[in-house]
Parts: sequence; structure tokens; C-alpha cells
Amino acid sequence: MSTPYAKLPAWADYGLIPLINLSVAFIVAGFVVMLVGENPFRAAVILVEGAFGKGTGIAFTLFYATTFIFTGLSVAVAAHCGLFNIGTEGQAYIAGLGVGVVCLAFDSVLPWWLTFPLAIAAGAAVGALWALIPAYLQAKRGSHIVITTIMFNFIAASIMVYLLVGPLKPAASQAPQTRNFLAGAELPKLNWIIELFGAKIRSAPFNICFLLALVMAFLVWLLIWRTKLGYEMRTYGHSPKAARYAGISETRIILIAMMISGALAGMMTLNPVMGDQHNVAIDFVSGAGFVGIAVALMGRLHPVGIVLAAILFGMLYQGGAELAFEMPAISRDMIVIIQGLVILFAGALEHMFRPYVQALFASFSPRSVGIEAVKGKGA
Amino acid sequence: MDVFIAIVQILDSTIRLSVPLLLACLAGLYSERAGVFDIGLEGKMLVGAFAGAAAASVFHSAFLGLGMAIVMSVAFALVHGFASITHRGNQIVSGVAINFVAAGSTIILGQAWFQQGGRTPALQPGERFEAITLPGAAAIHDVPIIGPIYSELLSGHSILVYLAFAMVPFTWWVLFRTRFGLRLRAVGENPAAVDTAGISVAWLRYRALICTGILTGIAGAYLSMVQNGGFVKDMTAGKGYIALAALIFAKWRPVNAMFACLLFGFLDAAAIRLQGSPLPLIGKVPVQFMQALPYVLTVILLAGFIGKAIPPRAGGVPYVKER
Repeated sequence: MSTPYAKLPAWADYGLIPLINLSVAFIVAGFVVMLVGENPFRAAVILVEGAFGKGTGIAFTLFYATTFIFTGLSVAVAAHCGLFNIGTEGQAYIAGLGVGVVCLAFDSVLPWWLTFPLAIAAGAAVGALWALIPAYLQAKRGSHIVITTIMFNFIAASIMVYLLVGPLKPAASQAPQTRNFLAGAELPKLNWIIELFGAKIRSAPFNICFLLALVMAFLVWLLIWRTKLGYEMRTYGHSPKAARYAGISETRIILIAMMISGALAGMMTLNPVMGDQHNVAIDFVSGAGFVGIAVALMGRLHPVGIVLAAILFGMLYQGGAELAFEMPAISRDMIVIIQGLVILFAGALEHMFRPYVQALFASFSPRSVGIEAVKGKGA
Repeated sequence: MDVFIAIVQILDSTIRLSVPLLLACLAGLYSERAGVFDIGLEGKMLVGAFAGAAAASVFHSAFLGLGMAIVMSVAFALVHGFASITHRGNQIVSGVAINFVAAGSTIILGQAWFQQGGRTPALQPGERFEAITLPGAAAIHDVPIIGPIYSELLSGHSILVYLAFAMVPFTWWVLFRTRFGLRLRAVGENPAAVDTAGISVAWLRYRALICTGILTGIAGAYLSMVQNGGFVKDMTAGKGYIALAALIFAKWRPVNAMFACLLFGFLDAAAIRLQGSPLPLIGKVPVQFMQALPYVLTVILLAGFIGKAIPPRAGGVPYVKER
């Protein structure tokens, strides 16, 4: 599909345009705050202070960011292959089963540093398997991956509710969740890193998963831009026809991309389950998979961008909690609006300001814009 | 006789539960037939439900509420159009965005305006759509078989229920018997041909989205002003996605859509009715299994194991005029 938009200098393409889109999203969010009868500037100050003002705030921000790095990477890997994985939510949710079973089985026998790799493997495997079915149906039977992954989100939710109110629930308990894990399945905190800089932290669930997330971001970069497999995935994402002509197996590349995507989604589970709650509870993913869509779009599908976008959303989640406390009219659902606006302006309307920016560049220096139209990103 | 009454009651709640699905499903039919995928049915329904209940309770009029529901839902549909038609953005991304904006803004505005934890005030009589008793329903009530069917199953629904079912033949007529419908279907299959004939692809798709907005608005109003006496946060609870599933299950055809929605509504009604009680032969079925069944069925259908669901050919592809 050709996109009739002209080329821009790289810094404008990867820096300026996303910045404009993001600013517009926040301006619109500011109008919503005004509509509620609060001062948007004061709200922004409270939000940023809540997220970065104190050590505890920073730790929470990074804890949320960890989750979003995983889901953002998950969405991005699939997107590089031209697949919209809307099922990150369900893949993460069902992976709670894998992680949960490993933790319940080994938490009394093994130390955390042995449970952790087992749980990573289990979470990734279950997430990958849950993504495999829609991938297979897309590759072999031509069913639209967006629709099947949405359906699989609901199916995953039903299975998890069934298991958590039934078989996985301790008999004596009323709450729909597993028993709490013992020390063998509790991940060590990383709060001391922030305390090195002199900040005080009361208690925050910021844990070792953050490092795992950064490693994964690096591995995803390596995979997408430095391996043959990544090259094949990007080729297929740009043009399935070209990929077919180049002898790339369509089925193989779709299955692999979706399984990697599912595995990353599954690893997200480690952060809240082993790092924070120490049990598997109903709805523990609570929309993080969907945040991943916003994060991936905002990070322009690049791991560095995704880490930055994840930290921004972590800031919104943590600061949003403070904001809800300071301004009762604005609950945490404000983040959901911002998330939607970011997806709208950085995703669906990403080309809205491009013609204007392009005209602006052309008026200063025609050469910087180039003459021939070049294929746009994504869409 | 008890079994018969139970069946009538299950079918009655089947009708009630399938109405929002049916309206949303027909809404999706218009836009998808015009080549615009709409994941945002859920969000538009939610906006409709909130606007309807809020306006009805402020202005004390059910019809003003319905009007407001339609206006707001159409406005969201136009945002989807602006992103995906005018700016040729990704239709799925745009739909996802709309769902989030809807989910967040209904709670925030509801809390700011009514201070009831995101609810709207409970609607008083006159602010909601009341049940209509069909003529002779009381008289015929005691006649065996026909009596309960007429007076329980067919009579005693609100006007929106009858409207929803009337929309089925109407939609069929619009899509398959009018010039607008022919063009709408054509733009979903081959927009270049429509463009060549000198008809604006964009305007046609916008009109299809307006139809979608109207119907999701009514669907939302039904949820908050008929099924429930007010808006509750996230009250659509995935119905927009079930409607999307029903649309695929119906292979993008209006009459099939009605049967698909009735089937999914029946599963829902049966799940509520059977909670915890064992079925003959099968034994106890977990509620979650019944709830997941529509999705499982749709996946099986999509996989091509029960017939083949072929979407409109130009679906999901923004139209770029050749130059």
C-alpha cells in the first residue's frame, strides 16, 4: 500500500512529529480536565511531582514502566511483522497460569533465583502458546488476527476466572486468587538503586523484572535489526508479496513473530505476580496489554522509544494515583482517556500534521524534503 | 407446564439480552460493508449509554436522552471517520483509541457531574422507556401455549426492542434494495470502481459511519435507559465485541445477524438461568464456559470449520485516490 506522504529529515520523522502528536493528545486531555472544572496546569504539576517528586514515586513509576515495556515490546514485535496483536492482554493473563503453577509448585523447595528462570520459561511458553493458535489460524486459514486475538482475550479471561474461583483457590479462602507465595517465589526489590541516589523509599514493588525488561528490549532490538529472522519479519510486514517472492515462508514467519510476541506478553506477568502481589489474582493484568498498544505506537516500534514511552505511561499511572488523591474529581480513569488520546493521535492520526510540517520544511529548504514519495511507517 | 413456562422465560430474557447486541451488530454491518472496520462499537455504545442516561435524568425526558445518546455516539463515529477516512489512519488503531477515550471519559464526566462514583442518578418513571403492553395481552394471558407466548414473550417490551427487530428488515432493504445500499456495498468491495463512477468514496463511508453511530447510540440508550435504570461505569462489558463476533458469525448479512445475536443472547440468558444447576446428560456446566462460548464459536467459524466467513474485500484498507 503506498502512502502519499513525502520524506522528512530523520530527526523530524522520529522526534518532531511524535512530539507534536503527543502534545496534541495532552492538550486535548487538558480540555477534559477543564471540562471537569479543574486547572490542567496544576493537574500536570501534581502528576509529575507524584511520579518523580519522591523516591517512592520513582520506584512505583519504574515498577509500572516494567510492565509496559514487556507489553509494548510484545505489540511492537508483532507489528514489525505486519500483525496487530491486540491479544497481549489475554496472553499475559493466561501466562499467569504458567507462572502461578511454577511458583506454587516450587516456592517452598527452591530459592528465588531458581524459581525465577523456571517462571520466566513457563510464562513465556504459555503466552507463546496462547498466541500460537490465532497465528496458526491467520497463517493457515486466513482468519483475521485482530478478531481472533480479541476473542482469545475473552476466552483467556473466562478460563482464568474459572480456575481462580475454582481449582486454584485455596479451599478456606473466599477471595478469587491463589494462596500467597512463599519466599521462594518472591523477587528481590531494586529499591536500593534509587536509594543510592539519596532518595527514601517506604515500600514499593520495584523489582528485578525491570532489568529483565531492559534485557528483553535489547534482545528485541538485536532480533529486529541485526538478525536474518528480524529482517524477514520486517520484509513480511512491509510487503507480504515481496516476502513471498524472496522465498520467505509466510506460515513460519507469522507463527514465529506471534510466538515471540506472546512470550513477551507472558513475561509481563512476572512483574505484578512475583514482584508485587505474590499471588495470581483475578484481573491482575488490568489493561496493561492495551497500554502496550499505546506504548508501542508512541515508541514508534523501536525498543528505545518503547522504554521511554513505558516510563511515560508509568509516570501517568503513578502520578495519576497521586492526582486522584489531590483532585477527587479526577480519578485514575483519566489515564484511560490519555491512553486513548495517545493511541488516537500517535497512532491513527499520526499523519495528520505531516503535510503541514512537510510544507514548513519545504518552504525553508526544499532539498531536505526530497522529491519522491517514500513509503510511510506502519499503517 | 413448568418446563414450558421456564422456556418462555428464558426466551423472553434472550430477547432482552440480544437487543443491544443486535443494534450494535447492525451498526457494525453498515460500516464494515462500506469497508471501514469498527472495533469501536463498544466505545460508541458506552458513550451512547452515558449520554442517554445523563440527558434523560437532567432534562427528565426519555426521548431527549435517546437523542443525546445518538448525537454523542455519532460524534465518536465521526472521529473514527476523520482518522480512518480523511487521514487514512489505521482503522483498528482508531477503533481501539475510541474505546479507551469512551471508557475513561464516561467515568470522569459522570463522576464530575453527578458525584455518584461514575453512575448517573437512577432514572425516574418517564425518564426511561417503559414496557409496552400489546393489545389483548392481558385478555389472552390464560390461554394455554399461545397465551404465555404472546403476553410474556412478544408483549411487554419497550419501544426500543421492537425498533431493534424492525431495523433488521429495514437494514436489509436499505443495503440490498436502495441505490445508497448498492453504493455502500460497492465501496466496501471495490472503492476504485465507485470513485470511477464519480461518487465520493469518503462521503459514502462517512454516511455509513453516521448510520453506525445512530445504531450504537440506540444500543447504548437501551442499556442505560431500558435494561438498567441509569448508567453504570463500563456497563457495555464487552457487548460491542460480542456484536463484532456476531457480525462475523452472520457473515455480514442482516437477517443472519439477528439469528446470531439471538443465539448469543440465548447463551447469555441460559448462563444466567443455569447458574450452578446441573444440566441433564452433561452435568454441571461452569458459567464461564457458557460466557466464553460465543467467542469460541466465532473463532471456529473464522477458522473456516463451519462455512467460510468472507469479509468485504476492501475492509480495513484506507482508500487512496490514484493520481
